[in-house]
Amino acid sequence: MSKDNNKQREALFSPKNKKLLTNPLGRDNPINVQVLGICSVLAITVQLRTSLVMAISVVAVMGFANVIISLLRKTIPPRIRIIVQLTVIASLVILVDQVLKAYVYDVSRQLSVFVGLIITNCIIMGRLEGFALNNKPWPSFLDGIGNAAGYGWVLLAVGFFRELFGSGTLFGYQVVPDAFYRFGYENNGFMILPPMALITVGIIIWVQRHRDRSLVDIS
Amino acid sequence: MEELVNIFVRSIFIDNMVFAYFLGMCSYLAVSRTVDTSVGLGFAVIFVLGITVPINYLLESYILGRGALAWLGPEFATVDLSFLTFIMFIAIIAAMVQLVEMIIEKISPTLYNSLGIFLPLIAVNCAILGGSLFMQERNYANLAEATAFGLGSGVGWFLAIVGIAAIREKIRYSAVPAPLRGLGITFIITGLMGIAFMSFMGIEL
Repeated sequence: MSKDNNKQREALFSPKNKKLLTNPLGRDNPINVQVLGICSVLAITVQLRTSLVMAISVVAVMGFANVIISLLRKTIPPRIRIIVQLTVIASLVILVDQVLKAYVYDVSRQLSVFVGLIITNCIIMGRLEGFALNNKPWPSFLDGIGNAAGYGWVLLAVGFFRELFGSGTLFGYQVVPDAFYRFGYENNGFMILPPMALITVGIIIWVQRHRDRSLVDIS
Repeated sequence: MEELVNIFVRSIFIDNMVFAYFLGMCSYLAVSRTVDTSVGLGFAVIFVLGITVPINYLLESYILGRGALAWLGPEFATVDLSFLTFIMFIAIIAAMVQLVEMIIEKISPTLYNSLGIFLPLIAVNCAILGGSLFMQERNYANLAEATAFGLGSGVGWFLAIVGIAAIREKIRYSAVPAPLRGLGITFIITGLMGIAFMSFMGIEL
C-alpha cells in the first residue's frame, strides 16, 4: 500500500471519527442509553429475519439522511428545518419501501406499517437535529451509520432470543434438536407475544448497566 | 352505530397502540415521570389523532389510493399514487400539528400553556403516523369508522401513559436493583401491563 493511500485512510478514520462510529454501539447506544427509537424495535423482533431487514433499512435511511441534511445544512432556514428533515427522511423511506416490496415481498408484508414508521423513528430525527445540522458530511455519515448499527444490534439481539425461545428456530431454520422436544421441551409461546419484547429489552438494559456502572440512573 | 362502538373499544383495549404495537414509545418513556405532564401529553395525542386520521382517510380515499382519482374523469381511474402515501401523511401531520398549535394559542391560552410544549413533540410521535398507516391498512369503510378508530387509539394511548406515570411515581419508593432503576424497570412494567391488556383479546361487541 502506498504512503499516500495510508495518509488518506488515516484522515478518514481518525480516532475522532472512529469514536463516532463505535460509541453508539456501547456507551451511547441509542436504544439502551438515549432511549430513542424504541417504537419499531419491539414490534418486528419476533423473527431474526425481519429484524435483520429492518436493521439494514434503518442503516441505509440514516446514513443517507445524515449526509443529505449535512450537505444542505447551510441552506436550510432554521424555522422550517423539521419539515425539511421529515421530507428528506420520508423520500428515503419511500425508496427503501419500494426496494423491499420488489425484492423481499414477504418480509415487507410482515413489517407492514413499520417500514413507514422509520420516518418517525426518533433516532433519525435526533441525529439530524443533534449532529448532521452542524457537521460535515463525512463525520455525519459515520455518525449515522454508527447510531443505526447501535440500533441494529439491539434489534438483532432481541430477535435472536425471541425466535430461539419462541419458535426454536433461527432465520427460519430449526435449531433446537428434535430430541429435546421428545423429552418434553416446549417452545415458549409467550416469547412470541408483544410484551416479552419489552421485558427482553429491559433485561438487556439491566445487563449492560450492571457491567457499566456509570450508566446507572441516579434520580 | 354498533360497528363504530366496536371499533372504538377494540382500538382502546385490544389493539392498544402502546401495548400491542409499541407505537409512541419514545414520548411514552420520556414524559411519563409525573402524572400531570403525562395527562397533558395524553390529551394532545387524543386530539391530534382524532383530527389527522379522518383527514388522512379523505386524502387516501380521494387522492392517493388506487383508482381514487376517478372523480376527476375516467382517464384518471387507473392512476395509483399510493407510493406517495408516507410523504403526504407526514406532511399532513406536521401541518396539522402546527395549525392546531396556532388555533389553541388563539382560542384558549390556558390549554395552550398545558399542552403547548407537547404539540411539536407529537409531530414525530410514531403513534400519530402509525394511526394513519393502520387506518390505511385496515380499509375502514367510511369516515365515521376512521374517526372512531383515531379517537379510540388516542384514548388507548392516554390510558397507557397515565397508568405508567402513576406506577412510576409510586415505584420511586421501592428498592429496585440499581442497574434496573429508571429505564429498565419501566420497560419491564410496560411488559407486565401489556400482558394484563392481552386479557382483553378476543372480546367482540
